[in-house]
Amino acid sequence: MDSKLLTVSPSPHIHQEQTISRIMYDVILAMLPAFAFSVYVFGLGALMVTLIAVLSAVLFEFLIAKYLLKREPDILDGSAVVTGMLLAFNVPSNLPWWLVVIGSFVAIGIGKMSFGGLGNNPFNPALVGRVFLLVSFPVQMTTWPVPFESRMTLTDVTTGATPLGFIKDGLKNGESLANLMQDVPRHIDFLLGTQPGSLGEISGLLLILGFLFLLIRKVITWHIPVIIIGTMFVFSGMLWYINPERFLDPTFQILTGGALLGAIFMATDYVTSPMTVRGVVIYSAGIGIITILIRVFGAYPEGISFAILIMNAFVPLLNKYFKPSRFGEKVKNG
Amino acid sequence: MFMFMFNTLKTFPKGGIHPPESKLSVDRPIQRIPLPANIKIPISQHIGVPSVPTVERGESVKTGQVIAKTGGFVSANIHAPATGKIAKISEEMDVSGYRRMTIMIRVAKEEEWADGIDTSDALRKEISLTREQVLEKILAGGIVGMGGATFPSHIKVNVPKGKKADVLIINGAECEPYLTSDHQLMLEKSEELIVGTRILMKALDVNKAIIGIENNKKDAIDKLSALADKEDGISVEALKVQYPQGGEKQLIKALINREVPSGKLPIDVGTVVHNVGTTFAVYEAVQKNKPLIERVITVTGKSVKEPGNFIARLGTPVSSLIEAVGGLPEDTGKVISGGPMMGKALNDLDIPVTKGTSGILILPEKESARAKSKVCIRCSKCVSTCPMGLEPFYLMTTIQRGMNDEAEKNRILDCIECGSCAYICPSNRELLDYIRLGKATVANLIRERQSA
Repeated sequence: MDSKLLTVSPSPHIHQEQTISRIMYDVILAMLPAFAFSVYVFGLGALMVTLIAVLSAVLFEFLIAKYLLKREPDILDGSAVVTGMLLAFNVPSNLPWWLVVIGSFVAIGIGKMSFGGLGNNPFNPALVGRVFLLVSFPVQMTTWPVPFESRMTLTDVTTGATPLGFIKDGLKNGESLANLMQDVPRHIDFLLGTQPGSLGEISGLLLILGFLFLLIRKVITWHIPVIIIGTMFVFSGMLWYINPERFLDPTFQILTGGALLGAIFMATDYVTSPMTVRGVVIYSAGIGIITILIRVFGAYPEGISFAILIMNAFVPLLNKYFKPSRFGEKVKNG
Repeated sequence: MFMFMFNTLKTFPKGGIHPPESKLSVDRPIQRIPLPANIKIPISQHIGVPSVPTVERGESVKTGQVIAKTGGFVSANIHAPATGKIAKISEEMDVSGYRRMTIMIRVAKEEEWADGIDTSDALRKEISLTREQVLEKILAGGIVGMGGATFPSHIKVNVPKGKKADVLIINGAECEPYLTSDHQLMLEKSEELIVGTRILMKALDVNKAIIGIENNKKDAIDKLSALADKEDGISVEALKVQYPQGGEKQLIKALINREVPSGKLPIDVGTVVHNVGTTFAVYEAVQKNKPLIERVITVTGKSVKEPGNFIARLGTPVSSLIEAVGGLPEDTGKVISGGPMMGKALNDLDIPVTKGTSGILILPEKESARAKSKVCIRCSKCVSTCPMGLEPFYLMTTIQRGMNDEAEKNRILDCIECGSCAYICPSNRELLDYIRLGKATVANLIRERQSA
């Protein structure tokens, strides 16, 4: 037989088709319906904020990789695009462009590249950027455009409070919850997405659609989103059961604010979530509980960003102490 | 999420993957490969101590005659797969890529069998030998595990004092993609397999046997079930198509819901597993007095003209098998002995077929090279995929950093090297390469510690 040079390598000799970039582009695809809807609702502002966030995130990643870390930039893997998009999803659609750029810089530069880039960052980069903006520029970050108004302009938009913010302020001023509830949208509006809020968080239905897509493409499993939302529902439900005069009902809690966006797209970030199912359960339940605690007792009306960042910090510990159940560990034979 | 409600097929509970099945050679009848002019027989075709040659250069040998006897307890006899003259005994490359002692036979024109071997195809159902005689035949016949692990079978059937098996498991899962040799054997030698199962039951002194077959071989399940129905104590179980269903520990868990503890053997949970190929070899050794000198091999690949199943004498070069399927395809990049998940890539096609060769897989150039490895994005797919509940990403890190104690503590030795982690990793990381390296390092450290 003719001697031909053969490739020799250890097994396995076949590989599945999913790669990092395919995963990242799947995440982007999953966000597109909610993004398109946001442009429809908020108009030009949403488009501009997202474009600026994505472009600046990619640019910062490129520059830092090439000139600071002096290595081949891998911007085509799509991870910087995802970070940029997620940052945009988490800010108001009328945020000034220079704030978006600052957010991108903090997300990519501090949140991701300072730890060594993809795979090494302990905290969700987009949330690092978002929270930095929130504590540094609280006014701009909590001024929300009203849906369907001033869609064709980037300045002088009509603004309003988010439902959670409105209720929190009202309660602080001693108004009764029952009265306040009469002035906020009904539950169905949260699913459809016609209440004020961050750029990408308004339509629950489209976020859930993205979740289903990610499940089908085997990008994520159901565990993190379902456990977060489930914990939020149960915990806020207990509070509501104790005192419905004082606490919001659980359905309202899981449909408003960034709950679905955070649970589906932010908390599921591979790099900053635990490696084992046992770890994931604690991580997700922790996010659910802390979110409700901040919403109910904290200074901010919404808390899922902080909750995710806090639980991110526990991930190394969770990985260390919650090992997978080993085969042959608990022997129940017979 | 709702699949499990409708899925009644048995399977293992943890991890696993479902690669494309690619069973191209399914339903192709087993054809005999003609004897080549020379055959090469490595004296180490099994796990354990190499056999000791009992012949010398120039000596004439008959087919089925012992040419190398067991070199220790964990070892096996090797028989002449053909009639001829011993041309030389020298070091030659084998499937491992190392040069090993090899006996070369120049094959004579006329085949002459050693005395007492029944070479007819007649089915012999009645088991007349006693348990001790059966054990002797298995030892004498040089039978080893033919699923790929090549562990000498006489040790597995000879249960040590104080231990007891209550059920025999016959492994017909054939979970490796591409391979169909066990499938075709089950179809063509069903009756012999049932007799082989009875023999093994007698050897182990058990009255229950389960034949586990993946559900992509429905014809084999039906055929063996029909035969098993007429026997006492033998049943056939359909298994979910999920890799590594044929892994010994996974199969035991799936079929009888027992978990072999870390570092223990199946016999410690009261069972013994034999592959269908081995079971057929046991039938031949015990009922026909025919030692293990040939085996069924799938020769396959996407660019291969005529993928098929073949029976070849041990020592036949891989190149003869490739000729039988229409020659090496133009676009060949890799030739693998075994399946795509656990097989070994060959660097030379003159390497002989041995007792553990279940298939020859020819991959095209474009599927041969690995994709570039990237950073770990901590997606945890390797963890959820590992059928042993290990953390491949972490084991890789511990080995890279020389943290051998940590690797040992995290049960690196439990790894069955199924390759599911490396298959699933979206970053193409060399998970299993490092784990293999680590297993060897840790095993050495443990030996040193014990001898100190």
